[in-house]
Amino acid sequence: MFERKSGIILIAGIGFFALAFLSNAVVPVLMYQHMPEKSVKELINGNLRYQFEDLAQRFPEAFEKAYGQPPADPEQASTWYNDHCESALKLGHQIYVGEGCWHCHSQFVRPVSNEDRRWGPVSKSWEYQNELQRPVMFGTRRVGPDLCREGGRRSSDWQAVHFFNPEALSVGSPMPRYPWLFDGAPDKPTIRGLALLTYIQWLGSWHETYPYYEDYIPVPIKTASKTE
Amino acid sequence: MSAGTNVVTADRNFPKHQDLVEERLVLWYFVAALTFMTVSMLAGTLMGLQLIRHNPLPAIEILSPGRWRMIHTNAIAYGFLANAFLGIMHWVIPRLTLRPCLNRQLSYLIFAAWQFVVLATAVGLIFGQAQGLEWGETPVWIDPVAQLGLLLVAINFGAPILQTRGPMYVTLWYYLAALVWTFLTYAMGNFVPEYFVCGSSAGAVGGLFIHDLVGLFVTPLGWGMMYYFVPILLKRPMWSHGLSLVGFWGLAFFYPLQGIHHFLYTPIPMFLQYGAVLSTIALELVVVTVIINFVGTLYGTGGLVVTNLPLRYFYTGILFYFLTCLQCALQVTMTFQALIHFTDWVVGHAHMVMFGVFSMWQLGVMTYLVPRILKTEWYSTKWCEWHYWASAGGLLVMSGDLILGGLFQGWSWAALQPWDASIRLSLPFWSVRLVAGLVIFAAQLLFLLNFYLTWRNAPRSTSVTEPASGLATA
Ligand code: HEC
Ligand code: HEM
Repeated sequence: MFERKSGIILIAGIGFFALAFLSNAVVPVLMYQHMPEKSVKELINGNLRYQFEDLAQRFPEAFEKAYGQPPADPEQASTWYNDHCESALKLGHQIYVGEGCWHCHSQFVRPVSNEDRRWGPVSKSWEYQNELQRPVMFGTRRVGPDLCREGGRRSSDWQAVHFFNPEALSVGSPMPRYPWLFDGAPDKPTIRGLALLTYIQWLGSWHETYPYYEDYIPVPIKTASKTE
Repeated sequence: MSAGTNVVTADRNFPKHQDLVEERLVLWYFVAALTFMTVSMLAGTLMGLQLIRHNPLPAIEILSPGRWRMIHTNAIAYGFLANAFLGIMHWVIPRLTLRPCLNRQLSYLIFAAWQFVVLATAVGLIFGQAQGLEWGETPVWIDPVAQLGLLLVAINFGAPILQTRGPMYVTLWYYLAALVWTFLTYAMGNFVPEYFVCGSSAGAVGGLFIHDLVGLFVTPLGWGMMYYFVPILLKRPMWSHGLSLVGFWGLAFFYPLQGIHHFLYTPIPMFLQYGAVLSTIALELVVVTVIINFVGTLYGTGGLVVTNLPLRYFYTGILFYFLTCLQCALQVTMTFQALIHFTDWVVGHAHMVMFGVFSMWQLGVMTYLVPRILKTEWYSTKWCEWHYWASAGGLLVMSGDLILGGLFQGWSWAALQPWDASIRLSLPFWSVRLVAGLVIFAAQLLFLLNFYLTWRNAPRSTSVTEPASGLATA
């Protein structure tokens, strides 16, 4: 059996492979069955919508060039923003994957190595049950910092200049420049630039700690206003 | 059935070598492999330069370092390693089974199809169409073609293996299993996390894929090759058949179970993570038996391993294999993971496995086969020596440097230093890595040149297009 074709094909080739697939892949799939996968549309939340409309304020010409004018009617404008936000998220995700950002940036905070103090709460499975995590963007290498709590942490201006030329903001940064996401200047992001900005601002926008800053302590006024 | 009796006999009853082995195709595969190796190293150099902020060609979209990093790994896996393996299998399988591959035209078709797959992958990556799966970045539209290619490979090589009678030699266990595994692994990794599951479950499948690609495609093809060539070069059978059995079945059982060890401390359920850690450590024990078997085979052959260059390649690779596996047993523990995951430690480990082990083996086999196929000596055996020393030395420096650098990165992060502190401390390590990489690169270029000049020297009468008659020497 151990040196014969049938044993090798059936037991080793198929049997052991299937055993591993069942125990290592089917088990988590079944465990997370109660958390259905969210579509991109369902991922748009208040924080993200705020950031997306903020892009329209910061880069009015670029935004109009990419998406046109929102309808005057507030109701329709809202759907309009949502639709474009959805397509921007999708395109942004595609760029994030295509540029290999995920080979330099991870998207999960581990419960060790003081990571929760640097980046915020440890990642949980529910955060990943969505279309943009298919395949999951955990990442395996950090040349740059983790990004899963990046949304809202820096302004879109900062992010745009940083994509245009990281060294302008972060002296000695080994992160590559991405000028092809812009029309020649950091205040002129193309539709791809706007999409990547949207995607980056989305990261962590679902979390109650959004926006997360290291060792952030809420100012007293905020606490006071809550008690009122 | 031992390798010895199987290979060297040139009895009239046995089919002739030239009816079995399509030598020209073996050479073509080697040329393709070395070409993609060059592409991959160019890409690695670009990324290496980017990290030390000396990218000579920044701000050009199709030279985006992130994209080229994916070309670096994909060109090595599918361009170099896979091509070299296919070429070597075209030599080994017909000679072991005494049957040619299923169909000569099919063999050439597969060659063309595979080059198309690798080239298309590279082009797709350059234009930013990557799939978000490590080692599976091949754009999604190519996946079905590659899958079909793997099916054809399995059929073409499977046919002669399946026609053999009775128990098979060790090499064929590994090869046969690898043909099944590679097909299944590719299908699982490229389609399941892309279309069917998301989030942590996709992570679990992705981990399985990363791991199975190394463990169930590269490793069995590599060991199968070693079980074939080492006894031939040493002119003696493997030391212990029992240990060969333990090695194969241990690998087959434990290897697929450890995928999740690539994603420790993620939201993937903890008990699955512990399972992966345990089976990883179990596999190290199996690996030790394999190493013992090969050292046992070598024992008492005097200085052959020093004087015989291909053998030296093989045993250097085996030494690195032992080192990586030892490293693996350490780094897979949760304590170690906390420190070294995400750092250059892992990159050092990856280079040691992919280059130090599998590429060294393949380069050794090429060093051995090329003069046999071309029927002339190497243009320069001295260059062959240089190739060996620069490859082995460069790799040793590169991975030692990265492994050490990884520790410092991990400590810097855990100490909550600002991020740029970890960048600053990495710069010396990244610089040394680049220099070591360039040494490795230069060595491969020298090998290519040597290959070319040897080919040019090859006797016309026994040109590779029509295999010479009466050659059945090992
Ligand atoms: C060569 C590796 C590398 C690649 C590729 C890379 N980055 Fe970075 N990134 C870094 C490093 C290093 C830093 C930290 C230094 C800095 O701020 O520039 C960083 C910083 C960042 C930051 C700021 C994090 C913060 O808040 O401090 C963001 C956002 C970011 N990268 C996004 C991206 C995106 C999006 C991509 C892909 C288009 C990308 N990176 C590609 C290495 C990389
Ligand atoms: C010119 C020589 C080389 C240079 C300069 C080089 C450089 C690099 C760089 C910069 C990375 C990215 C590391 C990171 O993300 O931090 C990398 C990754 C990698 N390289 Fe190379 N490399 C070289 C040769 C090779 C060879 C010969 C192989 C295999 C045969 C190889 C296999 C890999 C692998 C597997 C990875 C992925 C590591 C991981 O994701 O953990 N490299 N290399």
